[in-house]
Amino acid sequence: MATVRRRKPTLAVFKFASCDGCQLALLDCEEELLAVAGEVEIAYFLEASRRTAPGPYDVALVEGSVTTSEEVERLKEIRQQARLLVAIGACATAGGIQALRNWADVAEFTRVVYARPEHIHALERSVPLSEVVPVDFELRGCPISKRQLVDLVSSLVIGRKPQVPTHSVCGECKRQGTVCVMVAHGIPCLGPATQAGCGAICPAYHRGCYGCFGPMELPNVTSLGTQFLVLGLSPEEVARAFRTVNGYARAFRAASMQFGREAATGGAGEAGRG
Amino acid sequence: MGERRIAVDALARVEGEGALRVTVRDHRVTDIQLHIYEPPRFFEAFLRGRHYQEAPDLTARICGICPVAYQMSAAHALEKAMGVTPPPGVRELRRLFYCGEWISSHVLHIFLLHLPDFLGHESALSMAADPRLRPWVERALRMKQIGNRLVALIGGREIHPVNACVGGFYRAPRRADLAAMEPDLAWGLETAVEAVRFAAGLEYPDFEADYEFVSLRHPDEYPLNEGRLVSSAGLDAPVEDFERHVIEEQVAHANALHARRVETGRSYLVGPTSRVNLNFDRLSPAAQSVAREIGLGLPIRNPFRSLLARGLETVHAFEEALALVRAYEPPAPPRAPLPDPPRAGSGAHATEAPRGLLYHRYQVDDRGLVASARIVPPTSQNLKRIEDDLWQFVPGVLDLPHEEATWRCEQLVRCYDPCISCATHFLRLSVART
Repeated sequence: MATVRRRKPTLAVFKFASCDGCQLALLDCEEELLAVAGEVEIAYFLEASRRTAPGPYDVALVEGSVTTSEEVERLKEIRQQARLLVAIGACATAGGIQALRNWADVAEFTRVVYARPEHIHALERSVPLSEVVPVDFELRGCPISKRQLVDLVSSLVIGRKPQVPTHSVCGECKRQGTVCVMVAHGIPCLGPATQAGCGAICPAYHRGCYGCFGPMELPNVTSLGTQFLVLGLSPEEVARAFRTVNGYARAFRAASMQFGREAATGGAGEAGRG
Repeated sequence: MGERRIAVDALARVEGEGALRVTVRDHRVTDIQLHIYEPPRFFEAFLRGRHYQEAPDLTARICGICPVAYQMSAAHALEKAMGVTPPPGVRELRRLFYCGEWISSHVLHIFLLHLPDFLGHESALSMAADPRLRPWVERALRMKQIGNRLVALIGGREIHPVNACVGGFYRAPRRADLAAMEPDLAWGLETAVEAVRFAAGLEYPDFEADYEFVSLRHPDEYPLNEGRLVSSAGLDAPVEDFERHVIEEQVAHANALHARRVETGRSYLVGPTSRVNLNFDRLSPAAQSVAREIGLGLPIRNPFRSLLARGLETVHAFEEALALVRAYEPPAPPRAPLPDPPRAGSGAHATEAPRGLLYHRYQVDDRGLVASARIVPPTSQNLKRIEDDLWQFVPGVLDLPHEEATWRCEQLVRCYDPCISCATHFLRLSVART
């Protein structure tokens, strides 16, 4: 590894509309934090340090979704300063929970929360970074997995491709020996359509997955939603199940709109709750 | 003399995005604005039409640092709305869950966000490069990790845990898993006491303000999930009456609302300092004992000394967690059944988030869907108080070199451990001088 360049790679962390949880995941890597800080130069990370170094940066980790016109401009500037731009978390990769407004009237939403809505400047939609600039890599999750984050940073430092599984949460349940909550207990679970990464926590805690890591590659959302109907959910409830923290991710968005239309046309009506 | 501006465009070591702008004309402060440019995320609006059982998961996403607080306030408010009482043992498990979040959040603030200011460092990472300070950074990371592990054991993961619900928990943690944490919690308790002694030796800026302290108070516990709404000015009311005593107003320079007390029209303070001042007698024995040893004067009126309040609460959280783990019996069942079909109802509750009082109110319709939601986070309650502090504090630092004056103002803001993501549902310093 003598050929690896000697200059420490520079790392910058930026925040857009979000809860801070994904950049906090970096500070939560208690065992690795000081080691990481030894391997990379943390050039910009406002939550951790008041010292900031100007770009360009080797790696920019960007948390949050784009929700205002100022943010569009700021993201474009960051893209120009970043050799590799990594979107971290459900907000950056899919618009986040705040993308629920993408189905609503923002002006009306503003009136619900703020008495003088004229002072609030928000775009109509909350969108993932990739709708505004090219993104080099994405880490899914609400929040991201610390393990995947450490793997990503170490991969980028040594120059190998980060490895992120693209199979479903079901694989994680099987490996851990967690009994399937849907088959055994009839609990609706988004696991079959959701990308692995969290460690299949929800089924291990006797509840259904609610999709924190977003859609896996080629998920069969229609089949899964139909199974939810069989379990007794109404089309409206199925639509809601797909429309949470990753609700604006393409496959989940399509599913929620499909079952939402079914609800609107009177489908199965309001069935008993499972 | 002309106009002078002190400006911090992006406040560091705070949660979320904010700026500070101070305008000084002829040596007099003429304007102070804590700009909250963190974009609004409209939680109260999109909660409408969601099933009430989703509220703990959805509102947790307001804040990655204190998701447990959101889950606790939501669950309690909605249990009132549904007329549900959680099974025996849930109450204690919830306290233990909250202790974990207090530990990780407080240690994060004390050592990674706040302490660097006292030691002239830019960050905990630069502190770690100093051989005299590195052991403290390492101990801090281990304490924080213990808090996080406790949250993860009970909740499934440290950020946005999945196990809390209206009615209790989806699954009770196993006794053996919690018992395995005993040695670490005992180490944490001892180290937190040492940390308070260490913090007592820091140099605190000479500054005091006149606050109305507001917190919960419980007949026999340090307040976490339950208590009455009390203040140093004599307020004593059930938490359901919160909105009768506090009003929130929108100001043009912030995407966060500002709160004032109805009776006085003035700002007030929530958080660790208020809790310690109003509930010192309910702190754990080790916390009270180290407070006496360091000669902590009550009430604490110096915002910089909030670091000590946070330290004492960390001691308390470790000591209480240790006791709860030792006495733990898994609640069975772990949750109460919910009314089926759902009933229409409304419920309001406040719990003590690491940064202070967190109020939730929900109205639920007869299909179990949220009809309206109101969330008042601690940081929006403290925003006006921070500005009031700055009005008093800035004249005293104006003769300092500009860079130092700016840093002092930033430090004062950081004393509050502001959580801007919460408040928008916060900060950059710009001092304008003429």
